[in-house]
Amino acid sequence: MSILGTRVLRTEDPRFLTTGGVYVEDLVDERLDGACHVFFVRSPVAHARISGIDASAALAAPGVVAVFTAADVADLPTIPPSGPMNKHMQQPMLATDKVRYVGEPVAVVVVEQPYQGEDALELVAVDYEPLPAVLGFDPSDDTLLFEDAGTNVAGWWGNPAELKADLFDGCEVVVSQVIINQRVAPAPMESRGAAAVWGADGRLTAWIPNQGAQGTKGGLARMLNLEPSQVRVITPDVGGAFGAKFGADREHVIVAWVARELGRPARWSETRYENLIGMTHGRAQQHTITIGGSRDGDVLAYRLEVVQDAGAYVRAGGFLPMLTRLMTSGPYDIPRAESVAKVVVTSTTPIGAYRGAGRPEASAALERAIDLFAAEAGLDPADVRRKNLLPAFTEPHRTAFGALYDTGDYVTGLERALAAAGYVELRAEQAARRARGDVRQLGIGLASYVEITGMGEGEGSGPNENATVEVRPDGTATILTGTSPHGQGHQTAWAMLASEELGIPVEKITLKWGDTDLIPKGGGTGGSRSLQLGGAAVRQASQELIEEARQRAAAQLEASPADLVYDKTKTSFNVAGDPDAAVPLTQLAEQERLLIRAVFTGPGATFPFGTHVAVVEVDAETGKPTLLRMITVDDAGVVLNPLLAEGQRHGGIGQGAAQAMVEEVVYDTDGNPLTTSFADYPFVSATELPSFELVDSQTPTTYNPLGVKGIGEAGSIGSTPAVQNAIVDAVAHLGVRHIDMPTTSRRIWQAIRAAGQHSESEHA
Amino acid sequence: MTQIELTVNGEKRSDEVEPRLLLVHYLRELLGLRAANVGCDTTSCGACTVLLDGKSVKSCTVLAVQASGHEVTTAEGLAVGGELHPVQAAFRQQHGLQCGFCTPGMVMATVGLLAENPHPTEAEVREGLEGNLCRCTGYHNIVRAVLAAAQAQAGQVTGEQVTA
Repeated sequence: MSILGTRVLRTEDPRFLTTGGVYVEDLVDERLDGACHVFFVRSPVAHARISGIDASAALAAPGVVAVFTAADVADLPTIPPSGPMNKHMQQPMLATDKVRYVGEPVAVVVVEQPYQGEDALELVAVDYEPLPAVLGFDPSDDTLLFEDAGTNVAGWWGNPAELKADLFDGCEVVVSQVIINQRVAPAPMESRGAAAVWGADGRLTAWIPNQGAQGTKGGLARMLNLEPSQVRVITPDVGGAFGAKFGADREHVIVAWVARELGRPARWSETRYENLIGMTHGRAQQHTITIGGSRDGDVLAYRLEVVQDAGAYVRAGGFLPMLTRLMTSGPYDIPRAESVAKVVVTSTTPIGAYRGAGRPEASAALERAIDLFAAEAGLDPADVRRKNLLPAFTEPHRTAFGALYDTGDYVTGLERALAAAGYVELRAEQAARRARGDVRQLGIGLASYVEITGMGEGEGSGPNENATVEVRPDGTATILTGTSPHGQGHQTAWAMLASEELGIPVEKITLKWGDTDLIPKGGGTGGSRSLQLGGAAVRQASQELIEEARQRAAAQLEASPADLVYDKTKTSFNVAGDPDAAVPLTQLAEQERLLIRAVFTGPGATFPFGTHVAVVEVDAETGKPTLLRMITVDDAGVVLNPLLAEGQRHGGIGQGAAQAMVEEVVYDTDGNPLTTSFADYPFVSATELPSFELVDSQTPTTYNPLGVKGIGEAGSIGSTPAVQNAIVDAVAHLGVRHIDMPTTSRRIWQAIRAAGQHSESEHA
Repeated sequence: MTQIELTVNGEKRSDEVEPRLLLVHYLRELLGLRAANVGCDTTSCGACTVLLDGKSVKSCTVLAVQASGHEVTTAEGLAVGGELHPVQAAFRQQHGLQCGFCTPGMVMATVGLLAENPHPTEAEVREGLEGNLCRCTGYHNIVRAVLAAAQAQAGQVTGEQVTA
């Protein structure tokens, strides 16, 4: 029986459960003996000129080795904005003449012992001449973050002048709404960190928690003005990333620079306070949606106008809106759709990728739009979705925005989710509660989505990834992968794929990743790419290894390769019909190294899809919401290991629901962050979430031989709008039309009151 | 410096420590027991949870000197003879961990929770783990693991009673 598709327990777990993982802070390595510790002096003000830095008191403090400022690192380059954005918006390694957000690194204190750093940080005196904060989605140009740029608008995706004035002509129902997709903190449980040491040969070795050592190496080399060959990145265990640990950050560069400058190893461990202001944030988009159609529910036109608050420096904020635009029309067949995106800079923490990265934003806008349209037309939101979803297709479908959907059956996904939820019964229960005027009202929210996974990156043209498989004389196997697991369970999953071909049991297969000397190429883990590209490469390398072994075995047996049978249970070749004439794999490996490297290249990105149904209760007197149920169809093609796939869905659903209900990074009007600890940032806990009801659905893709698509982000894409729609639905009968996220008790209560006053004044 | 004497995972220890040294740093830096992690600055995340005299505490909010005269158990001290503790086994069986960073704390919090309430309902499990944050699992499989561990432990108790 095939091991594929079965619930294989993770071989990673025993280590994590007993001694714990070895995260960067846990590293014990003789190369790091005698390491100094790096601490960052961070700006306490949102926007100011730096008029002076006095480090004398800090330098005199116990254990302080050195203090460095921008002048010391003047040899390092500035970091240009991503995407086609204003090139004057350059990010320095340490703040030079200005600081542009609370948390921006201004100086570095290097100490012998960590506790000394906490003490010495406070002794660095920085003189700030405050400037007005630049905030919001429409910052005026009265105060400029970058004087040379002449504007706070970093750039555009699409041309606003090309929006069609007649887009909604002929629509009987047209609805508009401004929707805030709020700023949230990725907040992996492990914050950032680094350890760095330089060899006598002038080579840097850096241990950095990341999502792809090869990308991190490239970033470090670029920012340190080094040849890539001069850098080795080693990935320790990584305690969560969620998009925010891709590449290298300026803190990582500084730690490496300090190690070189002082000629001794250097380490850095980010505190949670630093993490919540220093690590990139996610989302932070404003959506102005307009949707129009016929009174009986045909959606005819849709416009999405995006403003991306990129934060103080344009990192992923420069291209996230491009992904949002790509997915504008989602799973629907909308005859006329258009979108445009503006990117602005503000005096806040820079925005980066966060689970879904641009696609959850598209889905959130569209799914609110569909519900707003349904409400305006007086139709059931499920019926509007049924009517407008693209019909099932097996040949790729090109959207007006250039996305090429591989395979999909969106209507079936919707129907399965509705059936599992008991949608008809839920609507009856809702009607009964409304009729009775119950305090606790029921809300049912839907979200149908399609998302893009496994986009092109790495070697060659199409999306691809490499794997090396080696069988050893002792009967074990080793896999080298260009992916970079940090919770996804690749050690188990990749071993399953190799085991299927080789017959070697999963427990005897070791996975290695994240050492750029060992694995020079790789795209890492992100954008839900790993299984469909990296997993497919493992399968391909394993199959090619068996073919190579077959040739060698045939030569030994003086038989034709075609006459040989590979017996997986014995991991041995024999001539068909003659079990005695056998050559075991181990024997071949002993004679000559048995190792194959393969690169799998897919024809393009794949598009998982599904429907989420959220059921909530809202106390109509206090506004308190309770998420009762989450029923989801997340169809990402064939499932390799249900245990792992479900785990990915659970995590995504939880994170998405957290954005809908509780989480938000908040700044005051002066640009001071108010959510700088887990006491203030409402990181979702077990008490706020229900158990999830997952519906199985597997529509294979033809883009890889496994038939798989990505599952890492889908959960967060469907759940956010489903929960938000459910909250609005719970109080829709009271006249509420929209509530921005997070849908806190206060916001719901305010919306109910505002709707009540509105209807009272209408009646008066 | 202050002299402390305590038992860690069944082993007697005597050490000189700075009075301000946190228990979590004592365990990690002096004893090399690095399963407990530091995930926040405000006693909010629970990644550092250990047992102090059998009760779960957040070791980032206990001074090493406060642990003097007491018994500390960390995740490293749970498994006996290479066999996973029933709570650890349940976390593996139910896929209650992904990146692993919250896991040692989550496991110790669960051991503490089940010592206080051996037969918790799902709601009680969620309440009981409110102080332990996880970013990967959506808590779904963690809750399953705790309920499964409770069942497994109840099974063991029943088994002993039957033989007695």
